[in-house]
Formats: sequence, structure tokens, C-alpha cells
Amino acid sequence: MARSTGKDAQALFHSLRSAYAATPTTLKIIDLYVGFAVFTALIQVVYMAIVGSFPFNSFLSGVLSCVGTAVLAVCLRIQVNKDNKEFKDLPPERAFADFVLCNLVLHLVIMNFLG
Amino acid sequence: MVSGGSDSNSHLFLPQSLTTSFQSCLPHNIFLNVWGDGINCWQALSQSDGRWRYSSNNPESSTFAAGIALEALSGVVSLASSEIDQFMIGAVKNDIVKLFDSIEKYDDGTFYFDEKLVNMREQQGPLATTSSVVRGLTAFSSVITESLNLPGDKILGIAKFFLGIGIPGDTKNFFDQVDLLACLENNRVSIPLILSLPSTVISLTKKDSLKVKVNTVLGSHAPPLTVTLVRAFSSSARDNSIIENQELKFDPQDAVYFLDDLPASFDVGEYIFVFKMLVQDSEQQTVYATGTLTQVPIYVTGLIKIENAKIAVLDSDLGSVETQKKLDLAGESTVSVSANHLQKLRLSFQMSTPLGNAFKPHQAFLRLRHETKVEHTFVVGSSGKKFEITLDFLGLVEKFFYLSGRYDIQLTVGDAVMENSLLREIGYVELDLPEPPENASRPPPQPVDPYTRYGPKAEITHIFRAPEKRPPEELSLAFLVLTILPLFGFIIGLLRLGVNLKNFPTSAVPATFAVIFHLGIAAVLLLYVLFWLKLDLFTTLKTLCFLGVFLMVVGHRTLSHLASASAKLKSA
Repeated sequence: MARSTGKDAQALFHSLRSAYAATPTTLKIIDLYVGFAVFTALIQVVYMAIVGSFPFNSFLSGVLSCVGTAVLAVCLRIQVNKDNKEFKDLPPERAFADFVLCNLVLHLVIMNFLG
Repeated sequence: MVSGGSDSNSHLFLPQSLTTSFQSCLPHNIFLNVWGDGINCWQALSQSDGRWRYSSNNPESSTFAAGIALEALSGVVSLASSEIDQFMIGAVKNDIVKLFDSIEKYDDGTFYFDEKLVNMREQQGPLATTSSVVRGLTAFSSVITESLNLPGDKILGIAKFFLGIGIPGDTKNFFDQVDLLACLENNRVSIPLILSLPSTVISLTKKDSLKVKVNTVLGSHAPPLTVTLVRAFSSSARDNSIIENQELKFDPQDAVYFLDDLPASFDVGEYIFVFKMLVQDSEQQTVYATGTLTQVPIYVTGLIKIENAKIAVLDSDLGSVETQKKLDLAGESTVSVSANHLQKLRLSFQMSTPLGNAFKPHQAFLRLRHETKVEHTFVVGSSGKKFEITLDFLGLVEKFFYLSGRYDIQLTVGDAVMENSLLREIGYVELDLPEPPENASRPPPQPVDPYTRYGPKAEITHIFRAPEKRPPEELSLAFLVLTILPLFGFIIGLLRLGVNLKNFPTSAVPATFAVIFHLGIAAVLLLYVLFWLKLDLFTTLKTLCFLGVFLMVVGHRTLSHLASASAKLKSA
């Protein structure tokens, strides 16, 4: 049983990988960005776990900046994806402009909260 | 003539000065109906009791008005000296005598006139009334040839009243006082003579002599008199007079009458001396008013001997002396004793007058003061010459609020006739009292030294909370590097995906806009870094406004250019 599940898992993984390769490059860039942001957040959490949460506001602002920008990137991906019927009429440049603007606002708030 | 009122015959006020000036400038044969007017006034306004009415309309009679009327009548008499009717003069003299029946007096022999009017708006007080009567009286007596037979002791009583009021606060009253005394200084009725003493304290140690002065009311010299000390007795033993009928000698240089040596039996204390004075020239005796007897209180002071002073601590049950120390009350030395609550403290001394008699001072107090400033005062009792106080601490424990410790002892012995009164700290007693029980009363709170309450207080040093433990610097730096690493991972990933800048506009204008767009974003991010480092929110927001607007314009341009480019590509 374990072996079959292991083989099933491997087969699943392979199919995912091949399907992913078909995605357009722009979306891959966004995915990479999201991964980068989440990874940075994880490193900050590990640091806090080690040294304690003394300037808690700084920790929060750091983590939330990563998480926030990841969320915005996900929104961008949704809007830019051509397979998405809902946002067919939205030009991708408009979505990108929204992304930039929201990021700037987010980072202003983050910088204020950083202390 | 000054007349006030409707009927000119009924009001006649003639100031004395006006009449004298009239007299000097008028020839004698000019007919003035002064005398006739005067008689008419007298008949209309004078009353049977010697008082006068102010006007025929006013039924009230007033003593003050009588004084003014007498003054006016004296002016009338001096102006119309040729027509004087002796009968009228006699009648006026009788009126004056009747007026003196309404005089009032105090118990100390002073006399005065007073008014009790109902309808008048302004009541003249006793000073104004008496002054007006005396003014009129002396003016009238100076213009008539016969003398007024008025009792001299009443004149003397009026003088004493006015001398005894001190300096009145009101200017009108002060004028009345000085004017009356000036009238009495030299008048034809009787001149009062006042007996006074420059000092009523005789010191036995300085061997003072008794001095007496006799003057007129304003201080001028009196005629030669015989001043006799009729009696001198102690105020506590009035029946026993020590001196009888001693005549005083006269010192012409100082104009005082003195008694050189007091008899040896004069001890310290309070005495009353009774004087009598008599004008030596018998013809002048009616001119002056000397009164009968004058009583003067005299203090005789001296040094009181205080001896045999000692302080002792006694055992309560047996009464035996545990410690005894001699006290030197005249000197400056102090003693110290100690006692507990089972013992007694006894202070004793003897006092005697210079003649060796027993002496009881006004004040003989013993005061014990604790270190905390709580005080207790006791009266030192006496029997004859011996003064003694015993403090039984067993009974006083509660009164002392169970406070043990050092009590300063202060002794006060004083009297008006004692020249060596003393208030001295004689030392201290260490008192050992038991512990207070639960319900013992607390000592009363002592007044706080204002400097401790309102002065500067102790400095408060603020203790800041201990700062949190920070991680070691190396660890922080290591994690900083670790956090930057994903960025590099991102860039490497991008390169592996094969990103390119193909869509970057090549033609000039769009290219510049695109470049400016990227620079704008970089500028905003740089602004955020500056904001974190040193700027405050307000300047950041202000700058952000400008940058934001600029960025929006540029970004719109660039992105719309890109969008149109890709749309063209799609349609094409």
C-alpha cells in the first residue's frame, strides 16, 4: 500500500510539473515573486522564534509586508491570466498599474509601522 | 449779627470774636439794641432747669445750646456794659447753678454733661456738650464782676474727665478737648490743679524716692502748695496703713514734691498712696480747685532671694532619695537626672523678700518638654517660704502619652514686683516609661516646621525598566544576510525563466517615459527608506503627493502606450 501511494505521489508530482511548464512566462514570473516573498517571510518568522519578539511591531511589519506583497501578486496573477473569463476585458497594464499602486501604499504603511 | 431762621428776634448767635471786634471799632454812643435783643432771647428760649431751646419752634431744650447761649450772653454783656441789669445777671447765675444739677458723673470722680435729645438729627456727644458749657461758663464769668459760686470739685471732675480720655480720634472731639482745657487753664470760676506721678514704680534696690508733681490742666506751674501723703497701705491689707500724714518736701529745681526715704518697713508689693494738697496762701484757696483726696496705686519692687534650690529623684514606695542635685538658679549651669515610672521627681526652693517675709509670686511653673516638642506644665505649690512640687510618674504615665526619652526641664518664677524674675532651662531628665497599651491616646500633633512641609523635597530618581535583552549582533547580521538571499534567488529564477526586456519601447519619447516611470518607482521606494531613517510622516506624505501624482501621469502614459502597442499586435 505504501509503495502504491508513493508511486501515486510521484506520478501526481510529475503531472503537475508538466502541466506547470505550460503556463505562460509572465505568470511564472509572478509565481516566482510570490515564492520569494513567502520565503522571506518564513526566514523572518524563524528569526523571531530564535531571538524572541521584542520589537513586535517590527516583526509584524516585516512579515506583513512580505505577505501583503504576495497577496497583491496573486491578485495580479488572477487578473492577468488569460484563461480567467472574469477579467477578459481588463487590460493587463491596468492590472499592473493597480499592483504597483497598492504595493506603494502597502510599503508606506509598512515603513510607518516599522519603527 | 448772624441770625438763622424766620424770626430774627428768636435767634441770636453772637460769636465772641465778633463782639470784641465790634467793641473795639464802635464809639460808645452808638445805640445798638444788643441788650434788648439779649433779654428777649433769654426770656424766650431759656428754660427753668438752666437749659436753652434752639428756637421757639423747637420744644426740646439742650445743654449744648445753653453753653452757646452763655457765650453769646457774655458777648452781649461786654458790648452793652453800660446798660447791664444786675437782676438779669443774677438770674443767669442761678440758671448756671441749676444747669450744674444735671451734671453726670462716674465713680472715679469725673464729671461731664450729656444730652438726651429725641428729635435732633445730630446728637452732640458728652465732649462737645461739656466743652460748650464750660466755654460759655468761663466766658460769662470773665465779663461779670461777681464770682460764680460753683462747686470746685465738679470743675476738677470735668478737668479729670477730659484729661482721662487720651487723644480722641475725631478732630472735632480733639478740638473740644483742647479748647476746654485751655478755658480751664486760667478762668475766673476755679482753676483745677492736677496731681500726677512721673513714675508709679519705686525700686528698693535702686533706692528710688517718691516724686509727685502738681500742675494746671495744661501743665503750667501751680502756686505753692502743701502736699501731704495722708495714708499708704498695702492693697492686700487696707486697714493697716504704714505711713500717716507725711508732708512732702518741695524741690524748686525740678518743681516736684518728694519723699526722701521710705520707712524701713516697706517690703515689695502693691500699695495705695493717698495724697492731699492744699494751697498755702489761704486767700488763693477759692481760686484753685484741689479736690479732696487722690488715690494712686504704687508698685514697690525689689530683689527676691531664691535659695536652697534642689532637684531630687525619689523612690515611689519608700520616699527615699535616690539622687539629689543642687540647682544654681541664678547661674547658667544645668543638671541632668534620670528616672523611671516608678519614681518621683521633686523640685524645691525657698523664696523670701528683702525684708525676709514670705513671698508668693504670680507665676511659678515647671514645664517638661519632650524631644518631640510635647509639653506638660505644672504649677509649683507653696507653703510660706517653701516652694515644692513633686511629680509622681506612676500617675502621670498616661498624661505623658507613654513617651520615654529626654525631657527638658524649664522653671518659670515671675511677679510684677520681682526684679529678678526668671525663666530658665535647668536641665533635663531621662524618663523611662513603659510601652503604651493598645488603646492609649496618641500625643497631640505638634506644629510642623513650615520648612519641612513647604521646603524642597528629596530628589526622586526615576528607575527605568530594564531594557529587553537584545540578540547578539552577529546573529542579527547573519539573519539579515539570510533575508536578502531570497532576493538573489528570485533574480536567478527570473534569469532561468528567460526574462527579457523585449517589450521595452525603443522609440525616443515612449522610452524616456518608460525610464522615468521606473525612476519614479525607485524614487518612491527611496523616499520610504528616508522616511524610515529620518523623515517624519508629514514631510513624507507631502513629498509622496507630488511624486505620486507625477508617477501616475508618467505611468499612465507608459502603460497606455504599451497597451496600445499590444492591442495593435493583437489586431494585426
